[in-house]
Amino acid sequence: MGRKLLTEHIDVEGINTFEVYRKHGGYRSVEKALKTMTPDEVVEEVKKSGLRGRGGAGFPTGMKWSFLAKPEGVPRYLVCNADESEPGTFKDRHLMSRLPHLLIEGMITGSYALGARTSYIYIRGELLYVLRILEKAIAEAYAAGFLGENILGSGYSLDLHVHPGAGAYICGEETALLESLEGKRGNPRNKPPFPAVQGLYARPTVVNNVETIAAVVPIINEGGDEYAKLGVGKSTGTKLISACGHLNKPGIYEIELGVPVEEFIYSDEYCGGIWKGRDLKAVVAGGSSVPILPKELILKTAAGENRLMTYESLSDGGFVTGTMLGSGGFIAMDETTCIVKNTWNFSRFYHHESCGQCSPCREGTGWLEKVLHRLEHGHGSMHDIDLLVSVAKQIEGNTICPLGEAAAWPVAAAVRHFRHEFEWHVTNPKEATAPGAAYRGTAVLA
Amino acid sequence: MAKITFDGIEVEVPDGTTILNAARQIGGGVVPPAMCYYTPLKGSGGKCRACLVKVSAGSAKDPRPMPKLVASCITTVQDGMVVENTINQQVLDVRKGIVEMLLINHPLDCPVCDQAGECSLQDFAFEHGVSTTRYEEERRTFEKIDIGPLIQLHMTRCILCYRCVYTANQITDNRVHGVLGRGDAAEIGTYIENIIDNDFSGNVIDVCPVGALTDKTFRFKQRVWFTKPVNAHRNCSHEKCEGRVTLWYKGKDVLRVTARKDEYGEVKEWICNECRFDKKETADWVLEGPAHINRASVIAQNHYELPVVNPQVIQDLPESTTRELERNPPLKLGGLNG
Amino acid sequence: MEPTTAPTKPQFSPAAQAEIKRLLTHYPEDRSKSALLPILHIAQAEFGGWVSPEVQDLVAETLNIKPIEVYEVATFYTQYNLKPVGKHVLEICRTGPCMLRGSDELTEHLERITGAKVGGTSPDGTFTLKEVECLAACGFAPIVQVREKYYEQLDTPEAVDAMLNELKSLLHRPILPWEENSTLPNSLKNY
Repeated sequence: MGRKLLTEHIDVEGINTFEVYRKHGGYRSVEKALKTMTPDEVVEEVKKSGLRGRGGAGFPTGMKWSFLAKPEGVPRYLVCNADESEPGTFKDRHLMSRLPHLLIEGMITGSYALGARTSYIYIRGELLYVLRILEKAIAEAYAAGFLGENILGSGYSLDLHVHPGAGAYICGEETALLESLEGKRGNPRNKPPFPAVQGLYARPTVVNNVETIAAVVPIINEGGDEYAKLGVGKSTGTKLISACGHLNKPGIYEIELGVPVEEFIYSDEYCGGIWKGRDLKAVVAGGSSVPILPKELILKTAAGENRLMTYESLSDGGFVTGTMLGSGGFIAMDETTCIVKNTWNFSRFYHHESCGQCSPCREGTGWLEKVLHRLEHGHGSMHDIDLLVSVAKQIEGNTICPLGEAAAWPVAAAVRHFRHEFEWHVTNPKEATAPGAAYRGTAVLA
Repeated sequence: MAKITFDGIEVEVPDGTTILNAARQIGGGVVPPAMCYYTPLKGSGGKCRACLVKVSAGSAKDPRPMPKLVASCITTVQDGMVVENTINQQVLDVRKGIVEMLLINHPLDCPVCDQAGECSLQDFAFEHGVSTTRYEEERRTFEKIDIGPLIQLHMTRCILCYRCVYTANQITDNRVHGVLGRGDAAEIGTYIENIIDNDFSGNVIDVCPVGALTDKTFRFKQRVWFTKPVNAHRNCSHEKCEGRVTLWYKGKDVLRVTARKDEYGEVKEWICNECRFDKKETADWVLEGPAHINRASVIAQNHYELPVVNPQVIQDLPESTTRELERNPPLKLGGLNG
Repeated sequence: MEPTTAPTKPQFSPAAQAEIKRLLTHYPEDRSKSALLPILHIAQAEFGGWVSPEVQDLVAETLNIKPIEVYEVATFYTQYNLKPVGKHVLEICRTGPCMLRGSDELTEHLERITGAKVGGTSPDGTFTLKEVECLAACGFAPIVQVREKYYEQLDTPEAVDAMLNELKSLLHRPILPWEENSTLPNSLKNY
């Protein structure tokens, strides 16, 4: 089993308390950063680590940090994106509720690096109970002198607050999140300006995912170079994978990037294979918005190489035969799964979650859902299948924020690889709409 | 100053100008359509995506193309930027797609809509759309909301441009309406039935690009193309109103009063409700002369204006653009005048 | 919309007022609107599990913003209930990963045994069923959220019964999250 940098102590009793967390080496990164490093040196370590945003986009974190505008006398902010809501992804809830101090520690070290004096954790409103866990831990950190005025006598001061959302996937988009944090509707902003220049309250702001901020802790403790030794190529370090769907052992796994997908699915160390002794049909590897791949293409690339759990290997083949690591939301589907129904379900999600601001997404997501609903219920035509691809194309790339792509990609990929299954719904509606029916033919590989 | 090339035409504009406004300085058929952007309203734009263009070179310093089409109304120019609009097939295809999206849930009730003839969506569809639809589902409808005796809100026609919300925010002191709900269920409304009532509320009618907000005092009075616009002014007692308006005549009767708009439908001076709703006698006004309708629009079909393209610009047009302009003239004179 | 609450103007309890005061310290003084979402959560817990127009007006007054600014937000976020609800609101996750592990069947089962239809409330007013999108607990599917608690792996009738029995045993509905946990019965410690 690979090294665990974030979750090594997650099962220790009482690790959610300051005392136990501290006893297991907690808050060392704050001490090290505040006492022995300049903010720029902290940024430099994060750059060296090769850490990439764990929320889904995979953008290099150190680079994002170095883009932050630093005008004199203007406050700047670090905001943690804990609005975890990409279907298939449930790692941040786990991390925050079990290891609240890890996130707080990362927030302190990160805020120091960025020169933020007030920072926020924006947590999805459904997780109010986790908000209370975090608030309790924050109070402990204040009491121990790790938050508030003049932390550890360093002269650096920081206030940290948790802010709840209230049910909106779109607030995971960083500018929608900032709007929501300002008490407004979660409408993504037009960009530019980017948050690094005008973010929260029009001040320079960095928005990072929970896991990204947590990873700063081992990076500072062990050094960016050490962190970068883990993983493969540009996929450095460890990643939390949320494994769900038809697996024997769904759950959260911290893996060293580079584990073969086949091993991840079938070995007992990880997911323990497909449930009920069934065969694997397809996988959505990085949260519901990334392209679905049939079994053959998720286990091996089109060139026949073993597919690895890395940013690069999963995207090998582009969208024709590849997918994305995304947020690490790993959804496995067994042979009894109806891809049309699943695609309709995802489409319904994006339709429900569209903010409605820009026309291609507002109108297009609903259109996709309705056509898929018709196909799934045996009322579709062959023409509808092409219509799906065309509507998805009309949304993709033309919207204010990436929800457009997130809605379009799963539909386009499902038709790309499982066209026969859609056609079967048209030609055999009675059979296809029988309870539990699923097409058992072969997938289209490219 | 920044020099950019738009559809092969060079134009120099002050730094910070948007691509759309740079194109408007060229004028004529190369100007991208805009359904939600409205120059006087801060924060408007970026939503309808009608004005998407291709930036084939970002700037002189960094000549890489921008990966996605950008909304020209909110993207500022950079020196050396090269932009493609009517000469780029991808842009034209996407624009066709945007028309389709905006129309799939639109009631298409132009025959009974007061906005017909001066409707941005109608013009947009006329210029860029196709005559058939691929949409087979039921269209979205909304229940009627009463927002007072002067303004009609017909939400089913709304394209959620947010202009009326910005207007209420920026030129009145008490906004009571806004965007409620989300996604394709989002609507303009007051939540609890409220009357939109303040001295400048009528301006939401002028900024509405479609027939979602119309003048109740003009309701079903006349098709706009049968009325004649005349500019006029009066000495308005309201401190914020200059009293400069357009009167819309049918014969000797003033059927309605609106603010004066430029060729892109943008109000230059807001007017008060007294001027708009209460002064409908010629005697109330000092007449200045006929107002010009000088942009491609359905109303222009029945008017007396000829196409206007900046002649100086025409000399500089590259051959490809001239061809495009011939194929797609900026003003399509058809119907009675054609 | 017809008024559905008592004609008297709603008021926050002293405990809620104290919590609101604490929340307001989190944001810059001229940015108090930031507290809108958390205050709406408090209001919903305080006034029977939903936010009536009168309650939304109270929130607007509390933050000194226009009522429409509250309406815009309350109607955008799906956690705010805009209509009266039953004693317990069961929010059933219906998104892909839950569906793969039986959320459709769970919904049917819950409709059958509670007598409530999705979007509605059981005749005795105990349960309101609400379908929601991904609750971010996909590995423990299928899931129901009730107030602040997640009930996970509800893939057997026994698991569902255990949840419903626990809920039925709760005597008072408005368990205000900012009350001390120690005042709550054991079964509520997770709230």
